[in-house]
Amino acid sequence: MEKISGARSLMIALEKEGVDIAFGLPGGANLPIYDELYKSNIRHVLVRHEQSASHMADGYGRVSRRPGVCFATSGPGATNIVTGIATAQADSAPMVAITGQVPSKMIGRDAFQESDIIGITNPIVKYAFQPMTPGEIPEVVKKAFYIASTGRPGPVLIDIPKDVQQNEAEIHFPSEVKIRGYHPWVDPDIKEIERATEMLLSAERPIILAGGGVIISGAFAELQSIAELLMIPVVTTFKGKGSFPENHPLSLGPIGMHGHAEANKMMTEADCVLACGSRFSDRSVGTFEEFEKNLKIIHMDVDPAEIGKNQTTNVAVVGDVKTSLRIMVKMLIQKAIKRNGESAWAKRVKETKDYYRENLKIHPHPLAASKVLKKLREVLPGQSIVTTEVGQHQMWASLFFDVIQPGTFFSSTGLGTMGWGFPAAIGAKAARPDVPVLDIAGEGSFNMTENSLAVSVLEDLPVIVFLLNNFTLGMVAQWQRTFYDRRMIGVDLKNCPDYVKVAEAYGAQGIRATTIDEIGKAVQTALKSNVTTVIDIPIDPQEDVFPFVAPGTSLKDMILPS
Amino acid sequence: MWSIISVLVENKPGVLFKITNLFRSRNYNIDSISVGITENPEVSRMTITTEADEKQLNQIIKQLDKLIDTIEVKLLDEKKSIYRELVMMKIKVTKPTDIKEITDLANAFKCDVHDVRKSSIILEITATPDRINALEDLVRGYGILEMARTGICALARGERNEG
Repeated sequence: MEKISGARSLMIALEKEGVDIAFGLPGGANLPIYDELYKSNIRHVLVRHEQSASHMADGYGRVSRRPGVCFATSGPGATNIVTGIATAQADSAPMVAITGQVPSKMIGRDAFQESDIIGITNPIVKYAFQPMTPGEIPEVVKKAFYIASTGRPGPVLIDIPKDVQQNEAEIHFPSEVKIRGYHPWVDPDIKEIERATEMLLSAERPIILAGGGVIISGAFAELQSIAELLMIPVVTTFKGKGSFPENHPLSLGPIGMHGHAEANKMMTEADCVLACGSRFSDRSVGTFEEFEKNLKIIHMDVDPAEIGKNQTTNVAVVGDVKTSLRIMVKMLIQKAIKRNGESAWAKRVKETKDYYRENLKIHPHPLAASKVLKKLREVLPGQSIVTTEVGQHQMWASLFFDVIQPGTFFSSTGLGTMGWGFPAAIGAKAARPDVPVLDIAGEGSFNMTENSLAVSVLEDLPVIVFLLNNFTLGMVAQWQRTFYDRRMIGVDLKNCPDYVKVAEAYGAQGIRATTIDEIGKAVQTALKSNVTTVIDIPIDPQEDVFPFVAPGTSLKDMILPS
Repeated sequence: MWSIISVLVENKPGVLFKITNLFRSRNYNIDSISVGITENPEVSRMTITTEADEKQLNQIIKQLDKLIDTIEVKLLDEKKSIYRELVMMKIKVTKPTDIKEITDLANAFKCDVHDVRKSSIILEITATPDRINALEDLVRGYGILEMARTGICALARGERNEG
């Protein structure tokens, strides 16, 4: 057998996993990897900051449902991807992050650009490997992709000392791997699904809560079948937004801190919830004790540790959500159950939805977020992929931008990472070059990773940055207005920089849109030209996000716009 | 509720760190932890004792189980398992009669007596925490100069029908 280097075996192993693109930035400790990347068929996307590489890999992974790959060197390169790894972990996104490490003999000697990235990332990875011989690398890569993409997906780190990249050995590539302590697939217990079905059928006021797990498992059709067979309204978590078409008559939209009023209201009135692939985050359910009062909870999740973590459940179905829902659909069909939606509950749901959709006060400004985002929905094709940054604009997107085609909306919902949306959109574009990709952004978040404009332009990964610019760290400002008696500090961004000029400086297209009409035209221009475009939309810095469930309170305490 | 959890893990570097870091990051409490390899050199057994209510204990077990390097996680029933801790105590000797008194206590508790000196004596006891605490109470009057505890080590008893 021919001897090859660790770096070469890494590249072969990645190609065997079907990797055709990787996001990263080279440095001293991963140069042997880059030298092999030079010779391989894998496309390298050079970033301007490693954090963005990890977000691009994350965006790529969420959209393609295959692990996105990012590279960083040791020390600061590795620590720069920590935020990206934590973001992927919080949102169960498949990712394989590959870092260079100082040579094995230098580990523990506080060498130049040495950081204990295995120790640093321990609580935020699904698993981490540090191969100490070149021969281990193929198995490590195979295991990394297996772990990252199965069960509840997540980020896996591979940290490779430089000498392990360089040294040569006779290397064997395994065709399959087995990990005795890892059982990602559990067949759902049919009896529990039967119990769940009975409970749902006997409920007077049932509701479905669809979480991110529905999107990850692609259980859109199954979810819709159950909702339609039983005529049960569907609310989602924010991560589950778009798991159910938001223009569907049974859709009530996301619940939570900034959930739709009708969704929060109906959630609190329901007597039984079928929660699919949701982890009952505090952002979604408010206070745990209040949420579960007078509510029967059926919980379907692939991760057994989520059962009973935040809420006490009445029926738990552990397993892939798509499989569990499919079995439930079959049971309903076998029992010939098809409801017509004329129950008192269905009427109550419809009344509530109509009431809130007609009567909620809209912010009195020509560029109120609701108007801006409804215009965007009007002009953006339904199959487009939308990401968001983190802040007020994100919550407005949740409230006012309806996702029509399931699985086209992605956001940093768990960790709430500012700066995620733009690089994630670039990663999404790499995964789906055939559809438009747009980042609903705020300028505070966009600031954090805006140097990815260079990547978007130079790598021909055009995305649209739809910038709701209120010159303010708006969500913080809202909290200071609401909870800190308007003592505003650290929030004013003073209209700096000029984003049209920023875009142009990077060779992208910059358009300022100051009316609803101009916004529509700007999006159309961006779509038609198919070049990276920043649409700078000056909105009202005083606009707050409503409805609002204050932290530490329950969905019942939802504050409406006054 | 004081509980004993027995965990079989991959015997490789970093696994103890992952287990203890899990307890730290999720705000659980480790009362004691003991680790050693098993009959299979690739596998170690960790015996963890913790103070947690039922809901939290349930989560601890599930989160431990979720770790990829854990092979088996079992909550041990105190009545259906053997559990012991090894403790050494260096006890102060003030007057010559102390030695006899301490040695008598040691015999009553089936301790080994080591390193008998004019000013101190070391007792070694392997017992349940209750018995150890009882001995500790009795010798405290003499003065405990130093003490080392291994933490609980435990195994589930054989099934009844195994004979």
